[in-house]
Amino acid sequence: MEDLRELYQATILGHNKKPRNFRAMEDATHEADGHNPLCGDQLTLYVRVDESGKIVEEVTFQGSGCAISKASASIMTDFVKGKTVDEVQTDFDHFHNLVTSSPSEEAKLEGLGKLAVFAGVREYPMRVKCATLAWHALREALAGDGQTAQTE
Amino acid sequence: MTFDVQSIRKDFPILDSETRGKPLTYVDSAASAQKPRQVIDAMSEFYGSQYANIHRGVYKLSADATMRYEDARTRVAGFIGAPDPREVIFVRNATEAINLVARSWGDTEIGEGDEIVLTMMEHHANIVPWQMLAGRTGAIIRVAEISDEGVLDLAHLKSLLGPRTKLLAFTHVSNALGTINPVREITSLARERGIVTLLDGAQAVPHQPVRVSELGCDFYVFSGHKVFGPTGAGVLWGRLPLLEAMPPFLGGGDMIESVSFDGTTFAPVPQKFEAGTPDIASVIGLGAAVEYLEGIGMEKIAAYEHSLLEYATEKLATVPGLRIVGTAKEKAAVISFVLEDAHPHDIGTILDTEGVAIRAGHHCAQPLMKRLGLPATARASFAFYNTYGEVDTLVDALKKTEELFR
Repeated sequence: MEDLRELYQATILGHNKKPRNFRAMEDATHEADGHNPLCGDQLTLYVRVDESGKIVEEVTFQGSGCAISKASASIMTDFVKGKTVDEVQTDFDHFHNLVTSSPSEEAKLEGLGKLAVFAGVREYPMRVKCATLAWHALREALAGDGQTAQTE
Repeated sequence: MTFDVQSIRKDFPILDSETRGKPLTYVDSAASAQKPRQVIDAMSEFYGSQYANIHRGVYKLSADATMRYEDARTRVAGFIGAPDPREVIFVRNATEAINLVARSWGDTEIGEGDEIVLTMMEHHANIVPWQMLAGRTGAIIRVAEISDEGVLDLAHLKSLLGPRTKLLAFTHVSNALGTINPVREITSLARERGIVTLLDGAQAVPHQPVRVSELGCDFYVFSGHKVFGPTGAGVLWGRLPLLEAMPPFLGGGDMIESVSFDGTTFAPVPQKFEAGTPDIASVIGLGAAVEYLEGIGMEKIAAYEHSLLEYATEKLATVPGLRIVGTAKEKAAVISFVLEDAHPHDIGTILDTEGVAIRAGHHCAQPLMKRLGLPATARASFAFYNTYGEVDTLVDALKKTEELFR
């Protein structure tokens, strides 16, 4: 069970079982669907940005998927709350770089806070799409073109 | 039961390896089967000391290579009970074989308003080429229903066979459910009505004796890599008169009789359908795989695998919250399942950390998954090199998974 702890840390399992901000949002200003056709993971992401158009006030999500995608969405919704749209873009880049970096390198965890639990995904390239699904949807939502986000 | 699985395992070098620091438990043979030393050696010997192009050189090396390639055709024909080796066309895989039939036979014989009948349990390979054909010709696709247990609804299938039905294409064994379809019963329905049949045998040929001449079908396809042979070699079998009437699929070298700018005449079957230099080494490898299987005996293989299936079905029932998807009476050694609290991809990853290789996903059968109301399943599929001990390893790993997600 040693290996399992790395990827399926208690945090991920907890968020999978009781995801935060797991609801639709009536006063959302932005919205996007995320779909991972390979796994059948499917989520809708709701975002409320303040009147200035700069601050992400709240993010919620709904949908179904594996533990990695659900926990990633859950942790993300807490993580980006109150940040600027530009900061969220930087977070996206940091997170994406973390999970797609080589497992032989030291993981760059600075500024990633709770997102660091996803460093283990690096060992499982087939699961990167699961971890990044919510982030892709968030970026699509903020870009506001209303298209369904697909993981690459 | 006398089946010496331990000595068989010695023929498969990869089965002795480790993955993620654990001994490999390979139970994903329905996706692709592992290769015995006999296949690997035949190919490396061919490249190392016997290699030349076929059907052209006048020198001995090329003549010998041609003979080896054609010997493989004869051997494969014997293996599947084809009355004539010319009925065996080498392609890349089952997918290419179906596309060949859809393009060559389909474009000639199918017209607007004609009907193609498929089933709900088809692999995408036996759906998409027909949809593309329907798109080109204006033909209509009809789909036979299945029960919740994963059994084909024969009454519904029969009701779909009408005066406009030109083709019935269905799977011999379902890759996602393991269901073995009652082939002769179905092909006789089609024959009575003059409907051409194509059977997807990708999951059947590795597991049981197949005699195409006794199945009552017109076309039969399978992939070499699922029959313990290499990737890159697959088989289309068709009745000789049908193949002879069909136009070529791809044009080029090797498939012609004579070429001039005034017109070209085509070679007879099978060469008509084998344009360009084929994957010679893989065909030779497939021949070696078939020889290997014949050495063990497909009846023995089927019987041993059935005992594995029964054992695994019983043991899996002891995993809390596990539900087997596909519970037909007639099944190959393929078990799809879901766990109450864990997504199939999480199951796949956790089993991977235990050295257990399974498939998780939609199994290239999205319409089937939708029919069953599932986004995905986990699937363990067994071959004759798997052991009862490996079933135990799988079950123990699933119990750990269940505990983790509880």
